[in-house]
Amino acid sequence: MIVTKEKPVEEILEYLAPYKNVLVLGCDGCTQPPRGLKQAKMYAMLIEMAAKLRHKDIKCRAATVAMQCDNYLCSSTVHPQLEGVDAVLSLACGIGVQTFAEVFPDVPVYPGQDTVFAGSQERENGKLYERCKACGDCLLGETGGICPVTACAKGLMNGPCGGCVEGKCEVPYEIRDEKGEVIKMIERDCAWYRIYERLKKLGRLDLYRKYRSPRDRAVSAWPRLLEGV
Amino acid sequence: MGQAFSNLMKNIAEGKFVYTGELEAHRSTDLSEVIQWAKTLKATGKIVAANVTDNPQSVGALSSLVTSYIVQRETGLETVYQLRCSDRNRLALASDLLGAAALGLKNVLALTGDHPKKGDTPEAMPVFDLDGTQLVELIHKMVYEGRDLSGNEIHGPRPQFNIGAAANPNFKPLEAEVLKLERKAEVGADFFQTQVVFDVNVALEFLDAVSHIKAAFLIGIFPPRSYNQAEYFAKNVPGVQVPKDFLESFKKISELPDKTERRRKIDEYNIEYFADFIKQVKKKPVCKGIHVMAVGYPEVVNPIIEKVEKG
Repeated sequence: MIVTKEKPVEEILEYLAPYKNVLVLGCDGCTQPPRGLKQAKMYAMLIEMAAKLRHKDIKCRAATVAMQCDNYLCSSTVHPQLEGVDAVLSLACGIGVQTFAEVFPDVPVYPGQDTVFAGSQERENGKLYERCKACGDCLLGETGGICPVTACAKGLMNGPCGGCVEGKCEVPYEIRDEKGEVIKMIERDCAWYRIYERLKKLGRLDLYRKYRSPRDRAVSAWPRLLEGV
Repeated sequence: MGQAFSNLMKNIAEGKFVYTGELEAHRSTDLSEVIQWAKTLKATGKIVAANVTDNPQSVGALSSLVTSYIVQRETGLETVYQLRCSDRNRLALASDLLGAAALGLKNVLALTGDHPKKGDTPEAMPVFDLDGTQLVELIHKMVYEGRDLSGNEIHGPRPQFNIGAAANPNFKPLEAEVLKLERKAEVGADFFQTQVVFDVNVALEFLDAVSHIKAAFLIGIFPPRSYNQAEYFAKNVPGVQVPKDFLESFKKISELPDKTERRRKIDEYNIEYFADFIKQVKKKPVCKGIHVMAVGYPEVVNPIIEKVEKG
Protein backbone atom coordinates (compact mmCIF):
# COMPACT_ATOMS: atom_id res chain seq x y z
CA MET A 1 0.00 0.00 0.00
CA ILE A 2 1.03 3.60 -0.50
CA VAL A 3 1.45 5.32 2.83
CA THR A 4 0.60 9.00 3.14
CA LYS A 5 0.34 11.48 5.97
CA GLU A 6 -1.76 14.59 6.29
CA LYS A 7 -0.26 17.91 5.36
CA PRO A 8 -0.63 20.65 8.00
CA VAL A 9 -3.85 22.66 7.62
CA GLU A 10 -1.81 25.88 7.39
CA GLU A 11 -0.04 24.63 4.28
CA ILE A 12 -3.32 23.50 2.69
CA LEU A 13 -4.95 26.88 3.41
CA GLU A 14 -2.03 28.64 1.80
CA TYR A 15 -2.55 26.60 -1.38
CA LEU A 16 -6.29 27.25 -1.37
CA ALA A 17 -6.14 30.96 -0.48
CA PRO A 18 -6.94 32.22 -4.01
CA TYR A 19 -10.03 29.98 -4.40
CA LYS A 20 -13.67 30.07 -3.27
CA ASN A 21 -15.05 26.69 -4.41
CA VAL A 22 -12.94 23.64 -3.70
CA LEU A 23 -13.53 19.96 -4.41
CA VAL A 24 -11.90 17.65 -1.85
CA LEU A 25 -11.21 14.47 -3.76
CA GLY A 26 -10.59 11.21 -1.92
CA CYS A 27 -9.18 7.97 -3.26
CA ASP A 28 -10.50 4.49 -2.45
CA GLY A 29 -7.36 2.80 -3.77
CA CYS A 30 -4.44 1.51 -1.78
CA THR A 31 -3.70 4.67 0.19
CA GLN A 32 -3.20 4.10 3.92
CA PRO A 33 -4.54 5.38 6.22
CA PRO A 34 -7.82 5.41 4.20
CA ARG A 35 -8.58 8.61 2.26
CA GLY A 36 -12.04 7.83 0.85
CA LEU A 37 -15.33 9.71 0.86
CA LYS A 38 -15.63 9.79 4.66
CA GLN A 39 -12.23 11.42 5.02
CA ALA A 40 -12.91 13.78 2.09
CA LYS A 41 -16.08 14.99 3.87
CA MET A 42 -14.16 15.51 7.11
CA TYR A 43 -11.45 17.44 5.29
CA ALA A 44 -14.10 19.58 3.58
CA MET A 45 -15.62 20.53 6.93
CA LEU A 46 -12.26 21.11 8.53
CA ILE A 47 -11.07 23.42 5.75
CA GLU A 48 -14.28 25.46 5.77
CA MET A 49 -13.99 25.90 9.56
CA ALA A 50 -10.30 26.71 9.52
CA ALA A 51 -10.86 29.23 6.73
CA LYS A 52 -13.74 30.84 8.63
CA LEU A 53 -11.50 31.25 11.71
CA ARG A 54 -9.13 33.17 9.48
CA HIS A 55 -11.98 35.27 8.07
CA LYS A 56 -11.86 33.58 4.70
CA ASP A 57 -14.73 32.07 2.84
CA ILE A 58 -14.03 28.74 1.18
CA LYS A 59 -16.84 26.40 0.16
CA CYS A 60 -15.88 22.75 0.00
CA ARG A 61 -17.55 19.73 -1.59
CA ALA A 62 -16.41 16.14 -1.22
CA ALA A 63 -16.14 13.26 -3.69
CA THR A 64 -13.99 10.19 -4.20
CA VAL A 65 -12.53 8.00 -6.96
CA ALA A 66 -12.03 4.23 -6.90
CA MET A 67 -8.41 4.70 -7.98
CA GLN A 68 -7.23 8.24 -8.62
CA CYS A 69 -4.09 6.96 -10.34
CA ASP A 70 -6.14 5.31 -13.11
CA ASN A 71 -6.67 8.00 -15.73
CA TYR A 72 -9.88 6.42 -17.08
CA LEU A 73 -11.52 6.12 -13.62
CA CYS A 74 -10.28 9.56 -12.64
CA SER A 75 -11.70 11.16 -15.76
CA SER A 76 -15.10 9.42 -15.76
CA THR A 77 -15.81 9.79 -12.03
CA VAL A 78 -14.57 13.31 -11.49
CA HIS A 79 -15.75 15.03 -14.65
CA PRO A 80 -19.40 15.46 -13.52
CA GLN A 81 -18.24 16.81 -10.16
CA LEU A 82 -16.17 19.67 -11.49
CA GLU A 83 -18.86 22.19 -12.33
CA GLY A 84 -18.31 25.43 -10.44
CA VAL A 85 -15.10 24.15 -8.88
CA ASP A 86 -12.08 26.54 -8.78
CA ALA A 87 -9.56 24.06 -7.44
CA VAL A 88 -9.19 20.47 -6.23
CA LEU A 89 -7.58 19.26 -3.03
CA SER A 90 -6.54 15.67 -3.64
CA LEU A 91 -6.27 13.22 -0.75
CA ALA A 92 -4.58 10.63 -2.97
CA CYS A 93 -0.87 9.87 -3.04
CA GLY A 94 1.47 11.85 -5.29
CA ILE A 95 0.62 9.51 -8.16
CA GLY A 96 -3.10 10.27 -7.87
CA VAL A 97 -2.41 14.01 -7.78
CA GLN A 98 -0.30 13.79 -10.92
CA THR A 99 -2.83 11.63 -12.77
CA PHE A 100 -5.49 14.23 -12.01
CA ALA A 101 -3.22 17.01 -13.27
CA GLU A 102 -2.71 15.11 -16.54
CA VAL A 103 -6.39 14.31 -17.00
CA PHE A 104 -7.60 17.83 -16.16
CA PRO A 105 -4.83 20.20 -17.25
CA ASP A 106 -7.04 23.27 -16.70
CA VAL A 107 -8.06 22.51 -13.12
CA PRO A 108 -5.62 23.51 -10.37
CA VAL A 109 -4.95 20.51 -8.09
CA TYR A 110 -3.13 20.54 -4.74
CA PRO A 111 -1.87 17.69 -2.57
CA GLY A 112 -3.56 17.26 0.81
CA GLN A 113 -1.06 14.54 1.75
CA ASP A 114 2.64 13.94 1.89
CA THR A 115 3.35 10.62 0.19
CA VAL A 116 5.77 8.79 2.41
CA PHE A 117 6.49 5.29 1.19
CA ALA A 118 5.27 1.92 -0.08
CA GLY A 119 4.63 0.07 3.12
CA SER A 120 3.17 -2.71 5.15
CA GLN A 121 0.63 -2.35 7.94
CA GLU A 122 0.92 -3.72 11.47
CA ARG A 123 -2.71 -3.50 12.57
CA GLU A 124 -2.37 -4.36 16.22
CA ASN A 125 -0.01 -1.45 16.93
CA GLY A 126 -1.31 0.95 14.32
CA LYS A 127 2.05 1.20 12.56
CA LEU A 128 3.03 1.45 8.93
CA TYR A 129 6.49 0.29 7.90
CA GLU A 130 8.34 1.15 4.71
CA ARG A 131 8.95 -2.12 2.88
CA CYS A 132 9.66 -1.49 -0.81
CA LYS A 133 11.67 1.11 -2.71
CA ALA A 134 10.32 -0.07 -6.07
CA CYS A 135 13.94 -0.39 -7.19
CA GLY A 136 13.01 -2.48 -10.22
CA ASP A 137 15.57 -5.20 -9.43
CA CYS A 138 14.09 -7.37 -6.67
CA LEU A 139 16.56 -9.53 -4.77
CA LEU A 140 14.29 -10.82 -2.00
CA GLY A 141 14.97 -14.34 -3.28
CA GLU A 142 18.59 -14.05 -2.15
CA THR A 143 18.04 -12.30 1.14
CA GLY A 144 15.53 -14.46 2.95
CA GLY A 145 12.57 -12.27 1.99
CA ILE A 146 14.01 -9.19 3.76
CA CYS A 147 14.79 -6.23 1.51
CA PRO A 148 18.21 -4.69 2.19
CA VAL A 149 17.53 -1.89 -0.29
CA THR A 150 14.70 -0.64 1.93
CA ALA A 151 15.31 -2.08 5.40
CA CYS A 152 19.06 -1.24 5.56
CA ALA A 153 19.55 2.49 6.22
CA LYS A 154 22.44 2.43 3.76
CA GLY A 155 20.84 0.07 1.24
CA LEU A 156 23.94 -2.15 1.42
CA MET A 157 24.39 -5.26 -0.71
CA ASN A 158 27.14 -6.77 1.46
CA GLY A 159 26.15 -5.97 5.01
CA PRO A 160 26.01 -5.75 7.90
CA CYS A 161 28.14 -2.65 8.31
CA GLY A 162 30.13 -1.57 11.36
CA GLY A 163 27.08 0.28 12.61
CA CYS A 164 25.33 -2.96 13.59
CA VAL A 165 25.66 -3.64 17.30
CA GLU A 166 23.85 -6.48 19.01
CA GLY A 167 21.59 -6.82 16.02
CA LYS A 168 20.52 -3.16 16.06
CA CYS A 169 21.05 -0.50 13.40
CA GLU A 170 23.07 2.64 14.18
CA VAL A 171 20.25 4.74 12.70
CA PRO A 172 16.96 4.52 14.62
CA TYR A 173 13.49 5.23 13.25
CA GLU A 174 12.60 8.89 13.65
CA ILE A 175 9.04 9.90 14.43
CA ARG A 176 8.47 13.52 13.40
CA ASP A 177 5.78 16.03 14.24
CA GLU A 178 3.97 18.09 11.64
CA LYS A 179 6.76 20.66 11.59
CA GLY A 180 9.20 17.91 10.71
CA GLU A 181 10.93 17.97 14.11
CA VAL A 182 12.01 14.61 15.52
CA ILE A 183 9.89 13.90 18.60
CA LYS A 184 10.76 10.26 19.17
CA MET A 185 13.39 7.75 18.13
CA ILE A 186 12.68 4.03 18.00
CA GLU A 187 15.43 1.45 17.87
CA ARG A 188 15.35 -0.79 14.82
CA ASP A 189 16.79 -4.16 13.89
CA CYS A 190 19.71 -4.28 11.48
CA ALA A 191 18.38 -5.63 8.18
CA TRP A 192 21.53 -7.62 7.46
CA TYR A 193 21.53 -9.13 10.92
CA ARG A 194 17.96 -10.30 10.25
CA ILE A 195 19.01 -11.59 6.84
CA TYR A 196 21.89 -13.53 8.43
CA GLU A 197 19.61 -15.03 11.09
CA ARG A 198 16.89 -15.99 8.64
CA LEU A 199 19.26 -17.51 6.08
CA LYS A 200 21.00 -19.43 8.86
CA LYS A 201 17.63 -20.81 9.97
CA LEU A 202 16.86 -21.78 6.38
CA GLY A 203 20.24 -23.48 6.02
CA ARG A 204 21.21 -21.01 3.28
CA LEU A 205 24.23 -19.19 4.71
CA ASP A 206 25.77 -19.70 1.29
CA LEU A 207 23.49 -16.87 0.14
CA TYR A 208 24.70 -14.67 3.00
CA ARG A 209 28.34 -15.44 2.25
CA LYS A 210 27.93 -14.65 -1.45
CA TYR A 211 29.54 -11.43 -2.68
CA ARG A 212 27.02 -9.17 -4.37
CA SER A 213 28.35 -6.95 -7.17
CA PRO A 214 27.46 -3.28 -7.35
CA ARG A 215 23.88 -2.72 -8.47
CA ASP A 216 23.02 -1.40 -11.87
CA ARG A 217 21.44 1.87 -10.80
CA ALA A 218 20.36 2.55 -14.38
CA VAL A 219 17.51 0.06 -13.81
CA SER A 220 15.95 2.36 -11.23
CA ALA A 221 16.92 5.68 -12.82
CA TRP A 222 13.83 7.87 -12.92
CA PRO A 223 11.39 8.63 -14.40
CA ARG A 224 10.60 5.10 -15.62
CA LEU A 225 8.15 3.93 -18.27
CA LEU A 226 6.63 0.49 -18.88
CA GLU A 227 5.13 -0.25 -22.28
CA GLY A 228 2.63 -2.83 -23.50
CA VAL A 229 0.43 -2.99 -20.41
CA MET B 1 46.82 -11.01 -1.38
CA GLY B 2 48.04 -9.00 -4.33
CA GLN B 3 51.40 -7.48 -5.14
CA ALA B 4 53.13 -5.34 -2.48
CA PHE B 5 53.22 -1.72 -3.66
CA SER B 6 53.40 0.15 -0.38
CA ASN B 7 56.04 0.08 2.34
CA LEU B 8 53.33 -1.23 4.61
CA MET B 9 52.67 -4.29 2.44
CA LYS B 10 56.36 -4.75 1.60
CA ASN B 11 57.14 -4.94 5.30
CA ILE B 12 54.36 -7.47 5.82
CA ALA B 13 55.55 -9.51 2.83
CA GLU B 14 59.05 -9.57 4.36
CA GLY B 15 57.57 -11.07 7.50
CA LYS B 16 57.96 -7.99 9.68
CA PHE B 17 55.40 -7.25 12.38
CA VAL B 18 54.09 -3.78 11.50
CA TYR B 19 52.54 -0.85 13.33
CA THR B 20 50.24 1.71 11.77
CA GLY B 21 49.07 4.98 13.33
CA GLU B 22 46.16 7.29 12.76
CA LEU B 23 45.79 10.95 11.74
CA GLU B 24 42.62 12.95 11.79
CA ALA B 25 42.06 16.21 9.92
CA HIS B 26 39.28 18.53 11.04
CA ARG B 27 36.93 21.06 9.48
CA SER B 28 39.77 23.46 8.87
CA THR B 29 42.10 24.56 6.12
CA ASP B 30 45.06 24.32 8.47
CA LEU B 31 46.94 21.03 8.58
CA SER B 32 49.82 22.13 10.82
CA GLU B 33 48.64 20.08 13.81
CA VAL B 34 48.16 16.98 11.69
CA ILE B 35 51.59 17.42 10.16
CA GLN B 36 53.13 17.86 13.61
CA TRP B 37 51.46 14.67 14.80
CA ALA B 38 52.60 12.84 11.64
CA LYS B 39 56.17 13.98 12.36
CA THR B 40 55.88 12.58 15.88
CA LEU B 41 54.71 9.23 14.50
CA LYS B 42 57.47 9.25 11.91
CA ALA B 43 60.08 10.06 14.58
CA THR B 44 59.19 6.91 16.50
CA GLY B 45 60.80 4.98 13.66
CA LYS B 46 58.32 2.21 14.45
CA ILE B 47 55.18 3.36 12.63
CA VAL B 48 55.37 2.24 9.02
CA ALA B 49 52.24 4.10 7.85
CA ALA B 50 49.43 6.22 9.23
CA ASN B 51 45.76 6.18 8.33
CA VAL B 52 44.16 9.46 7.36
CA THR B 53 40.50 9.48 8.30
CA ASP B 54 37.76 10.46 5.84
CA ASN B 55 34.95 12.46 7.49
CA PRO B 56 35.12 10.23 10.59
CA GLN B 57 31.73 9.47 12.18
CA SER B 58 30.29 11.51 9.30
CA VAL B 59 31.68 14.72 10.79
CA GLY B 60 32.87 16.89 7.93
CA ALA B 61 36.63 17.45 7.63
CA LEU B 62 39.32 18.51 5.19
CA SER B 63 39.59 15.95 2.37
CA SER B 64 41.44 12.77 3.30
CA LEU B 65 42.95 12.65 -0.18
CA VAL B 66 44.53 16.08 0.20
CA THR B 67 45.61 15.39 3.79
CA SER B 68 47.17 12.05 2.83
CA TYR B 69 49.16 13.70 0.06
CA ILE B 70 50.34 16.69 2.13
CA VAL B 71 51.33 14.45 5.05
CA GLN B 72 53.43 12.25 2.75
CA ARG B 73 55.00 15.26 1.06
CA GLU B 74 55.77 17.17 4.26
CA THR B 75 56.84 14.33 6.54
CA GLY B 76 57.76 11.36 4.38
CA LEU B 77 55.43 9.20 6.47
CA GLU B 78 53.49 6.78 4.27
CA THR B 79 49.73 7.13 4.56
CA VAL B 80 46.74 4.83 4.39
CA TYR B 81 44.18 6.92 2.56
CA GLN B 82 40.74 6.22 4.02
CA LEU B 83 37.87 6.42 1.56
CA ARG B 84 34.17 6.15 2.45
CA CYS B 85 31.19 5.24 0.31
CA SER B 86 28.83 7.45 2.34
CA ASP B 87 29.56 10.62 0.42
CA ARG B 88 30.51 9.63 -3.13
CA ASN B 89 29.11 7.52 -5.95
CA ARG B 90 31.32 5.12 -7.95
CA LEU B 91 32.21 7.81 -10.48
CA ALA B 92 33.52 10.15 -7.77
CA LEU B 93 35.27 7.30 -5.94
CA ALA B 94 37.11 6.21 -9.10
CA SER B 95 37.99 9.80 -9.87
CA ASP B 96 39.46 10.34 -6.39
CA LEU B 97 41.33 7.05 -6.67
CA LEU B 98 42.96 8.16 -9.93
CA GLY B 99 43.89 11.39 -8.15
CA ALA B 100 45.37 9.41 -5.27
CA ALA B 101 47.44 7.32 -7.68
CA ALA B 102 48.68 10.45 -9.45
CA LEU B 103 49.72 11.88 -6.07
CA GLY B 104 51.70 8.75 -5.23
CA LEU B 105 49.50 7.27 -2.52
CA LYS B 106 49.96 3.52 -2.13
CA ASN B 107 47.44 2.36 0.48
CA VAL B 108 43.68 2.81 0.42
CA LEU B 109 41.36 1.71 3.20
CA ALA B 110 37.96 1.01 1.64
CA LEU B 111 35.15 1.85 4.04
CA THR B 112 31.38 1.84 3.86
CA GLY B 113 31.35 4.78 6.28
CA ASP B 114 28.92 5.92 8.94
CA HIS B 115 25.45 7.09 8.01
CA PRO B 116 25.32 10.92 7.65
CA LYS B 117 22.67 10.95 10.39
CA LYS B 118 25.44 9.98 12.84
CA GLY B 119 27.42 13.11 12.14
CA ASP B 120 27.14 16.89 12.01
CA THR B 121 25.38 17.08 8.64
CA PRO B 122 22.36 14.81 9.14
CA GLU B 123 20.43 16.53 6.32
CA ALA B 124 22.87 15.14 3.72
CA MET B 125 21.94 12.51 1.14
CA PRO B 126 23.40 9.15 2.15
CA VAL B 127 25.04 7.99 -1.08
CA PHE B 128 26.18 4.36 -0.62
CA ASP B 129 26.12 3.70 -4.36
CA LEU B 130 28.76 1.10 -3.43
CA ASP B 131 29.44 -0.52 -0.08
CA GLY B 132 32.89 -1.09 1.42
CA THR B 133 33.23 -4.54 -0.17
CA GLN B 134 32.27 -3.26 -3.60
CA LEU B 135 34.76 -0.43 -3.20
CA VAL B 136 37.42 -3.09 -2.65
CA GLU B 137 36.33 -4.62 -5.97
CA LEU B 138 36.53 -1.24 -7.72
CA ILE B 139 40.08 -0.62 -6.46
CA HIS B 140 41.13 -4.17 -7.33
CA LYS B 141 39.81 -3.78 -10.89
CA MET B 142 41.63 -0.45 -11.30
CA VAL B 143 44.92 -1.89 -10.06
CA TYR B 144 44.91 -5.31 -11.70
CA GLU B 145 42.76 -4.82 -14.82
CA GLY B 146 43.26 -1.13 -15.50
CA ARG B 147 39.48 -0.67 -15.61
CA ASP B 148 36.68 0.69 -13.49
CA LEU B 149 33.54 -1.24 -12.51
CA SER B 150 31.83 -0.40 -15.79
CA GLY B 151 34.79 -1.73 -17.75
CA ASN B 152 36.05 1.70 -18.81
CA GLU B 153 39.76 1.62 -19.49
CA ILE B 154 42.26 3.66 -17.47
CA HIS B 155 44.79 5.33 -19.74
CA GLY B 156 48.46 5.39 -18.82
CA PRO B 157 49.99 3.40 -15.99
CA ARG B 158 47.60 1.57 -13.69
CA PRO B 159 47.20 2.77 -10.11
CA GLN B 160 49.36 0.92 -7.61
CA PHE B 161 47.41 0.49 -4.42
CA ASN B 162 47.39 -1.98 -1.62
CA ILE B 163 43.82 -2.44 -0.56
CA GLY B 164 42.73 -2.32 3.04
CA ALA B 165 39.34 -3.00 4.58
CA ALA B 166 37.78 -2.83 8.02
CA ALA B 167 37.01 -5.72 10.35
CA ASN B 168 35.28 -5.90 13.71
CA PRO B 169 36.46 -8.56 16.18
CA ASN B 170 33.77 -7.41 18.63
CA PHE B 171 30.93 -8.39 16.27
CA LYS B 172 28.44 -10.93 17.56
CA PRO B 173 27.91 -13.52 16.20
CA LEU B 174 31.48 -13.75 15.01
CA GLU B 175 30.46 -16.16 12.24
CA ALA B 176 28.50 -13.38 10.48
CA GLU B 177 31.60 -11.14 10.58
CA VAL B 178 33.95 -13.87 9.35
CA LEU B 179 31.74 -14.68 6.34
CA LYS B 180 31.67 -10.97 5.56
CA LEU B 181 35.48 -10.75 5.73
CA GLU B 182 35.72 -13.77 3.41
CA ARG B 183 33.73 -11.73 0.87
CA LYS B 184 36.08 -8.77 1.25
CA ALA B 185 39.14 -10.97 0.83
CA GLU B 186 37.57 -12.71 -2.17
CA VAL B 187 37.28 -9.41 -4.06
CA GLY B 188 40.82 -8.32 -3.26
CA ALA B 189 41.48 -6.95 0.23
CA ASP B 190 45.21 -7.22 1.04
CA PHE B 191 44.93 -6.23 4.65
CA PHE B 192 42.37 -5.66 7.37
CA GLN B 193 42.57 -3.08 10.13
CA THR B 194 40.21 -3.80 12.96
CA GLN B 195 37.94 -1.86 15.24
CA VAL B 196 39.43 -1.12 18.67
CA VAL B 197 39.88 -4.18 20.87
CA PHE B 198 40.62 -3.97 24.59
CA ASP B 199 40.03 -7.55 25.60
CA VAL B 200 42.88 -9.75 24.38
CA ASN B 201 40.62 -12.81 24.45
CA VAL B 202 38.29 -11.14 21.96
CA ALA B 203 41.29 -10.49 19.69
CA LEU B 204 42.62 -14.04 20.03
CA GLU B 205 39.25 -15.66 19.32
CA PHE B 206 38.86 -13.41 16.28
CA LEU B 207 42.34 -14.22 14.94
CA ASP B 208 41.62 -17.94 15.24
CA ALA B 209 38.33 -17.48 13.37
CA VAL B 210 40.00 -15.66 10.45
CA SER B 211 43.17 -17.77 10.25
CA HIS B 212 42.00 -19.29 6.92
CA ILE B 213 41.58 -15.88 5.25
CA LYS B 214 44.46 -14.96 2.99
CA ALA B 215 45.02 -11.39 4.08
CA ALA B 216 47.06 -9.56 6.72
CA PHE B 217 45.25 -8.65 9.92
CA LEU B 218 46.21 -5.61 12.00
CA ILE B 219 44.46 -5.46 15.36
CA GLY B 220 43.28 -2.00 16.44
CA ILE B 221 44.23 -0.74 19.90
CA PHE B 222 43.54 2.54 21.67
CA PRO B 223 45.58 3.25 24.81
CA PRO B 224 43.38 5.71 26.73
CA ARG B 225 45.02 8.78 28.31
CA SER B 226 42.61 8.92 31.21
CA TYR B 227 39.94 7.01 33.08
CA ASN B 228 37.31 9.16 31.35
CA GLN B 229 38.54 8.07 27.95
CA ALA B 230 38.54 4.40 28.96
CA GLU B 231 35.07 4.78 30.42
CA TYR B 232 33.92 6.49 27.24
CA PHE B 233 34.80 3.37 25.26
CA ALA B 234 33.09 1.12 27.76
CA LYS B 235 29.90 3.17 27.84
CA ASN B 236 29.60 4.98 24.53
CA VAL B 237 31.30 2.91 21.84
CA PRO B 238 28.74 0.21 21.15
CA GLY B 239 30.07 -3.30 20.88
CA VAL B 240 33.52 -2.57 22.33
CA GLN B 241 34.13 -4.58 25.47
CA VAL B 242 36.52 -3.02 27.98
CA PRO B 243 37.60 -5.59 30.61
CA LYS B 244 36.53 -4.85 34.18
CA ASP B 245 40.10 -5.11 35.54
CA PHE B 246 41.27 -2.58 33.00
CA LEU B 247 38.59 -0.06 33.97
CA GLU B 248 39.10 -0.60 37.68
CA SER B 249 42.86 -0.09 37.42
CA PHE B 250 42.29 3.14 35.53
CA LYS B 251 39.80 4.28 38.11
CA LYS B 252 42.26 3.66 40.93
CA ILE B 253 44.99 5.60 39.14
CA SER B 254 42.61 8.46 38.38
CA GLU B 255 42.05 8.89 42.11
CA LEU B 256 45.72 9.70 42.75
CA PRO B 257 45.99 13.34 43.87
CA ASP B 258 49.25 14.25 42.14
CA LYS B 259 48.79 14.98 38.42
CA THR B 260 52.33 14.05 37.37
CA GLU B 261 52.16 10.84 39.31
CA ARG B 262 48.78 10.07 37.76
CA ARG B 263 50.11 10.62 34.23
CA ARG B 264 53.17 8.49 34.94
CA LYS B 265 51.05 5.64 36.31
CA ILE B 266 48.61 5.76 33.39
CA ASP B 267 51.51 5.62 30.93
CA GLU B 268 53.04 2.73 32.84
CA TYR B 269 49.77 0.84 32.95
CA ASN B 270 49.12 1.33 29.22
CA ILE B 271 52.66 0.26 28.34
CA GLU B 272 52.40 -2.85 30.49
CA TYR B 273 48.86 -3.76 29.38
CA PHE B 274 49.21 -3.20 25.66
CA ALA B 275 52.71 -4.65 25.37
CA ASP B 276 51.36 -7.85 26.90
CA PHE B 277 48.29 -7.67 24.63
CA ILE B 278 50.49 -7.34 21.53
CA LYS B 279 52.84 -10.13 22.61
CA GLN B 280 49.86 -12.47 22.79
CA VAL B 281 48.21 -11.56 19.46
CA LYS B 282 51.60 -11.57 17.73
CA LYS B 283 51.80 -15.31 18.27
CA LYS B 284 48.94 -15.84 15.81
CA PRO B 285 50.43 -16.13 12.32
CA VAL B 286 47.51 -14.30 10.64
CA CYS B 287 48.17 -11.24 12.83
CA LYS B 288 50.69 -9.15 10.93
CA GLY B 289 50.59 -6.02 13.00
CA ILE B 290 48.87 -3.48 15.19
CA HIS B 291 46.89 -0.40 14.29
CA VAL B 292 47.54 2.12 17.08
CA MET B 293 44.81 4.71 17.39
CA ALA B 294 46.49 6.76 20.11
CA VAL B 295 45.46 10.10 18.66
CA GLY B 296 47.00 12.88 20.79
CA TYR B 297 48.95 10.49 23.01
CA PRO B 298 52.33 9.91 21.38
CA GLU B 299 54.33 9.30 24.51
CA VAL B 300 53.16 5.70 24.91
CA VAL B 301 53.53 4.48 21.34
CA ASN B 302 57.28 3.96 21.37
CA PRO B 303 57.57 2.48 24.86
CA ILE B 304 54.81 -0.05 24.08
CA ILE B 305 56.52 -1.17 20.89
CA GLU B 306 59.96 -1.26 22.54
CA LYS B 307 58.64 -3.41 25.33
CA VAL B 308 57.14 -5.84 22.80
CA GLU B 309 60.41 -5.97 20.89
CA LYS B 310 62.41 -6.69 24.04
CA GLY B 311 60.24 -9.77 24.45
